[in-house]
Amino acid sequence: MDYVIAFIVGGLICTIGQLLMDMTSMTPAHVMSTLVVSGVVLDSIGLYDPLIEFAGAGATVPITSFGHALYHGAISEVQQHGIIGVITGIFEVTSAGISAAIVFGFLAALFFKPKG
Amino acid sequence: MGNGSTRQQLQMKAAQKKYQELSKKYVPAPRYTLNAFKAFMVGGLICTFGQFLQWMYAQYFGFTEKTASNPTVATLIFISILLTGLGVYDKIGQWAGAGTAVPVTGFANSISSAAIEHRSEGFVLGVGGNMFKLAGSVIVFGVVAAFLAALIKTIIQMIIGGGT
Amino acid sequence: MSQRKRLNRQTWQFTRDIRILSSAVAVGPREGKGPLAKDFDKIYPDLYCGQPTWEKAERQLLEDAVKQALKKGNRLADEVDVILAGDLLNQTITSNFAMGQLQIPFLGMFGACSTSMETLSVAAALVDSQYAHYTMAACSSHNATAERQFRYPTEYGAQKPDSAQWTVTGAGAALVGTGTGMKGPRITHATIGKVIDMGIKNPFELGPAMAPAAADTLSTHFLDTGRKPEDYDLIVTGDLAKVGYQILIDLMKDLDYDIAPVYNDCGIMIYGEDQNVFSGGSGCASSAVVTYSHIVKGILSGKWKRVLVCATGALFSPVSYQQGESIPCIAHAVALENAEGKERS
Repeated sequence: MDYVIAFIVGGLICTIGQLLMDMTSMTPAHVMSTLVVSGVVLDSIGLYDPLIEFAGAGATVPITSFGHALYHGAISEVQQHGIIGVITGIFEVTSAGISAAIVFGFLAALFFKPKG
Repeated sequence: MGNGSTRQQLQMKAAQKKYQELSKKYVPAPRYTLNAFKAFMVGGLICTFGQFLQWMYAQYFGFTEKTASNPTVATLIFISILLTGLGVYDKIGQWAGAGTAVPVTGFANSISSAAIEHRSEGFVLGVGGNMFKLAGSVIVFGVVAAFLAALIKTIIQMIIGGGT
Repeated sequence: MSQRKRLNRQTWQFTRDIRILSSAVAVGPREGKGPLAKDFDKIYPDLYCGQPTWEKAERQLLEDAVKQALKKGNRLADEVDVILAGDLLNQTITSNFAMGQLQIPFLGMFGACSTSMETLSVAAALVDSQYAHYTMAACSSHNATAERQFRYPTEYGAQKPDSAQWTVTGAGAALVGTGTGMKGPRITHATIGKVIDMGIKNPFELGPAMAPAAADTLSTHFLDTGRKPEDYDLIVTGDLAKVGYQILIDLMKDLDYDIAPVYNDCGIMIYGEDQNVFSGGSGCASSAVVTYSHIVKGILSGKWKRVLVCATGALFSPVSYQQGESIPCIAHAVALENAEGKERS
């Protein structure tokens, strides 16, 4: 079932993150940066798209998919406009996540106070 | 005098190293298995919920299988930020560890928690200036990695293909 | 007691009868639910303490502690010649602003979590050397302001390890003077610590970082005064918490001092087992709040005749940590005793 596979793959990616945090001196920010870069690398060797086919949200929800989206944006722009696309295309595909985070984050600062 | 202080420094370094080894024995080790299990369960649950959202957006809102991940991610971000604002997310995060940090929920929390915290310094310098203090490295490294990977891939293809 | 004021290099002996004439403590909600709650003068039900920001809340706590200590000691702020105060925030802004309100001549001090005994030592020394009739020593810390400055925004969901500590939200203040007509624990000695850095870099392991500093100051104190651990009914450290507590006992054993029978740590004492505080409390307020309420009361009631309070501080900054530096630490110790019924020496 799609849901079971999403659960397992997503859970596994998170487990890798947890082990990195517990077994090394990496901070959460270090681990997330590593995972994003992993998403880029996996996509560049053609492994991330099949993973998304297979695991659905198990691959699109973790932060690794952000790396995949950035790489995809660059590559598709290269295919259309040549090598300059590596600079001009990076944010083409990934608007949803960043825009949502900034907008809702800003609104949150309007409406909420930190509670400690 | 130079020799004396270098020897002192070496002795100090040795003593420091010895103490660091010693103190490691007192610091409780992380509960590796329990933490990994919690991360697996929570991360898996969030992704399962994301799978449901993707289906819902594709089924009822006219998104395709490919594009449904966009509103899904936006929805998860909205929920995470709401929970952050209500002061609940940090407690879940303490329990779930990477289970909430690795999905896009962690990214949303890092941005909103910084924005909320620094409002006391005003909206421009406080909220605007600090919003990315935790998430910035993810964006920076993602972009730089994507640039380099795309560049290398394109150059390799140009070399192999002998030009487009 | 001999009339020497200077014992070796690091220990001050107060030859006049210097007392903590009064002391007071204000705390936040978590501390107010802990085992020592009944000893506290004021407990706030939430971290904002009725103020709009965390920073202002910490100032409120500090002002409350100082004002209440003055009230309990029957003195006005105008009668205090100088106040020594400090906190964890950059440029000690909490103390700066609070003292602006209180209008007492002010010497700001930074000792991180050792500030309580750092300020008490100097407060006693100024009275003993007759540069002041009345002095005060005060310090504060606040969980949210410390998290914000040293670690992460308070709503961030990062997982903290079991060795992490919980910054105490609170402030403590003591009024110091010579013991004319008022009861109070006598301040007999202060041992000033040196910076000890054993190369620990992890800010979630402050107990291990600070324990060597505590060991150094405590052993120096014993050597300088000729006393032994058994000469004290209670020896406390400020915030070594559960991990550092064990390390200190073993470090002292290696130096041939057995402190275990009389040793406790304020960071462990201030919270109950059921409160989620990782390995225990930390912050300037950890030692100040426990000392200026629970320990002072215990000395006055006769529960403890002689107490040694050793406050421990981690002297790092967020920048030094990010630049990969280690955490230099320091500890200052003050000896208090019940002097009722003793002749003034």
